[in-house]
Amino acid sequence: MAIIEQKGMYGEFPRCGKAHARTTHYCPGCGHGIINKLIAEACAEMGLQDSTIFVDPVGCGVFTYYYWDAAHVSAAHGRASAAATGVCRARPDAVTIAYQGDGDLGAIGFNNAFQAASRGEHFGCIFVNNSLYGMTGGQMAPTTLEGEKTTTTPFGRDPSLTGHPLHVCEVFNQLQAPTYIARVSVADTKRIYACKRAIRRVLEIQQKHQGYALLEILAPCPTNFRMDAMKAAKFCMEEMEREFPLGTFRDLENGVAGVAPTAHPESDVLAVKPVPQFPTCNDLFAVPDGIDAPSPENDPAVPERRFKFAGYGGQGILSLGICVAEAARLEKRHSLWFPSYGPEQRGGSANCSVVVSGTPIGSPAVDHPDVLVCMNQPSYERFAADVKPGGTIIVDESVPTDVPPPAGVTLRKVPAIRLAEEFGVPKAANTMMLAALRKYKVTGLDDASLETALVASFKKKPQLVEKNRELLRKAEAAFDA
Amino acid sequence: MTKFVKGNEAVVMGALYAGCDLYFGYPITPASEIAHGAAKWFPELGRVFVQAECETASVNMMFGAAGAGKQCMTATSGPGFSLMQEGISYLAGAELPAVLVDVMRAGPGLGNVYPEQGDYTPAVKGGGHGNYQTFTIAPASVQEMCDYTIKAFEMAAKWRTPAIVLVDGLQGQMMESVTLPEAEKPRPDFSDWAAEGSAKTRPNLVKSIYLDAAQQEQFNVHLQEKYARMREDAQGEAYLADDADVLLVAYGVSSRVARTAAEELRRAGVKAGLFRPITLNPFPREALAAAAKDRKILCVELDAGQFADDVRVQLAKAGLGAEAAGVEMIHRMGGEVVTVDAVVARVKGM
Repeated sequence: MAIIEQKGMYGEFPRCGKAHARTTHYCPGCGHGIINKLIAEACAEMGLQDSTIFVDPVGCGVFTYYYWDAAHVSAAHGRASAAATGVCRARPDAVTIAYQGDGDLGAIGFNNAFQAASRGEHFGCIFVNNSLYGMTGGQMAPTTLEGEKTTTTPFGRDPSLTGHPLHVCEVFNQLQAPTYIARVSVADTKRIYACKRAIRRVLEIQQKHQGYALLEILAPCPTNFRMDAMKAAKFCMEEMEREFPLGTFRDLENGVAGVAPTAHPESDVLAVKPVPQFPTCNDLFAVPDGIDAPSPENDPAVPERRFKFAGYGGQGILSLGICVAEAARLEKRHSLWFPSYGPEQRGGSANCSVVVSGTPIGSPAVDHPDVLVCMNQPSYERFAADVKPGGTIIVDESVPTDVPPPAGVTLRKVPAIRLAEEFGVPKAANTMMLAALRKYKVTGLDDASLETALVASFKKKPQLVEKNRELLRKAEAAFDA
Repeated sequence: MTKFVKGNEAVVMGALYAGCDLYFGYPITPASEIAHGAAKWFPELGRVFVQAECETASVNMMFGAAGAGKQCMTATSGPGFSLMQEGISYLAGAELPAVLVDVMRAGPGLGNVYPEQGDYTPAVKGGGHGNYQTFTIAPASVQEMCDYTIKAFEMAAKWRTPAIVLVDGLQGQMMESVTLPEAEKPRPDFSDWAAEGSAKTRPNLVKSIYLDAAQQEQFNVHLQEKYARMREDAQGEAYLADDADVLLVAYGVSSRVARTAAEELRRAGVKAGLFRPITLNPFPREALAAAAKDRKILCVELDAGQFADDVRVQLAKAGLGAEAAGVEMIHRMGGEVVTVDAVVARVKGM
């Protein structure tokens, strides 16, 4: 049979694996063939073939890349809308069109399609609804009509077992972001012309980068309806349209409103911060958000020292650890910090580990600390026995230490929490502990480095710097020698 | 520029210097700081951050973005990584470059958020359907989490393959110094095959479907030949291994425990050394064999023996059948980390 050259389609279809193929793989009377032709035609007429990227589905539409003369990305089953999100975000100047069926979009990929619509992604989604899975053999889809017989509803779809047909346009029309939502059909000539206009509208919205567009197209599937083409078209126009009425649900750019836009009151708290200009990576990361310290250098003469800091969340345990780790960096030491994390960090006890060394650090785990700083009883009970002989435990005086530390370990009880309260800054108990670390010379680090690190930790609250410096000195004076 | 950052943050910094233009991700502990960093820094650099509705969406968004010729990434942990397996298979099947970071947590199932290395097999052997491989690299420090993320992008582009950066929760959360690269990498040109929405790329088709069995087999052969060539980029590191009697073999955080154990053993007069595969696929088989010949071998790992089994296979394939048969293992699971003491005691008893 002679095929007239089709605008927007390849002259021949060699990708189907047959030489000089000029017929499509679609069954006679199938809606896909018509829709494929309409899309190709519109794309060519609007001069969009160079700039269009089609995202092809899995289902009967899987082979659209045989036909449409434009670039294609062939997605996984159900994922065309997710893939189209990636495409349109990667190529915002292109025209991105996802082509999906009703099993693909309505079932396995519904949330991907729905969320893409909700985000207002800049692509057009052509959604072909033929009320069942075509390629896999005519099974029930979410769009199958009540009473409709399919290979998985041999007695007809029973709503008491399988629910009711899913109205995709109506559901999507509850969203605020989409620009265009419409349902058309290709069951007769009049409908085909309306479908062509709607397809052009979808492409136009993409060409103008006006946002997300969903076009549902009711299509006959004679093979799986087990009908001839005429009866299938009639079924499509009568039974399917009764369930899925045709119409334009919204066309915001043309004044057809969907849902009423929610009124958003002005809010400083919820204001979206614009990002006006784009720096380079070096510009971005040059802004010091920590200490501008040199790279670590190897010095085998500097022994490794391991620290554990533990207490209740909110006592500043984690930042105390970072302070010691940062001070070590100032002295070009290898330095490592890691926190307890996960549910632990949201209430209850918190701890962190710090390793400081003149040589590259192996294990990040601190199984046997040289120094343990403890601000609560559970931490003392958990970690005190692990401290290395020759090591030191600095513990808040409020913590009962009935269980003595291991032999050879020095125990220092300091009034960190009480002093911080007496100084009127209860949150500074960790600064009191830093003072103890300096006073008892257990870090192997210079006092100046520890102070610089402390100051840096208040970078975002500069008004607290002098206060904490003062507290550091007052605490040191107050602690026993 | 040297900064003190979490491993997870270093990953994002590396990705940005590598020229990654899009990030797609779904929040999950202990990988969330990667999403947090990406959400801030990608837009600040004029790049794209999308919070996907699920991990299935993230990986398929990557399929689209990579198919459109841009460098992109995601990060996740075990449960999300499982969901992505189908998508990784599609990426491999369509020969798309993309980088996935798996910050491993304990499993199976929901498990917990503490460090484990139980994703070894799916991350190294191709966890989805079909005969594919990924380029899989295992950093052991925060510096390497930056550097090897950059390398993952290079390898993904070079071999047109998904690349996986495999780390664990502890590495993601720990802070160390990282020295950032001096400049961003130039963007690779994918216009020969990608669908970029341009006149040049109009004939291009990105797909993983070969309906014809002969064509599908031909494509599989092509993939396998590519993976064989990829072996030229295998990388490993030996430490104190030259005169060792016992060779510890470990990757990632376990290799750091093993390193400290080897140092302690040396101080105690036991000749212990360490071999660490840096790339897990391609596995540095020859380098391992050179370090392992005539040695007692102890694998240190945070799984049930997936890594040790692979080490046995690699040694056997290198012709070291006796060494392979003698491979022993010390391991913990569930979020517990093997201690240095335990490794030292075990080696002393070997």
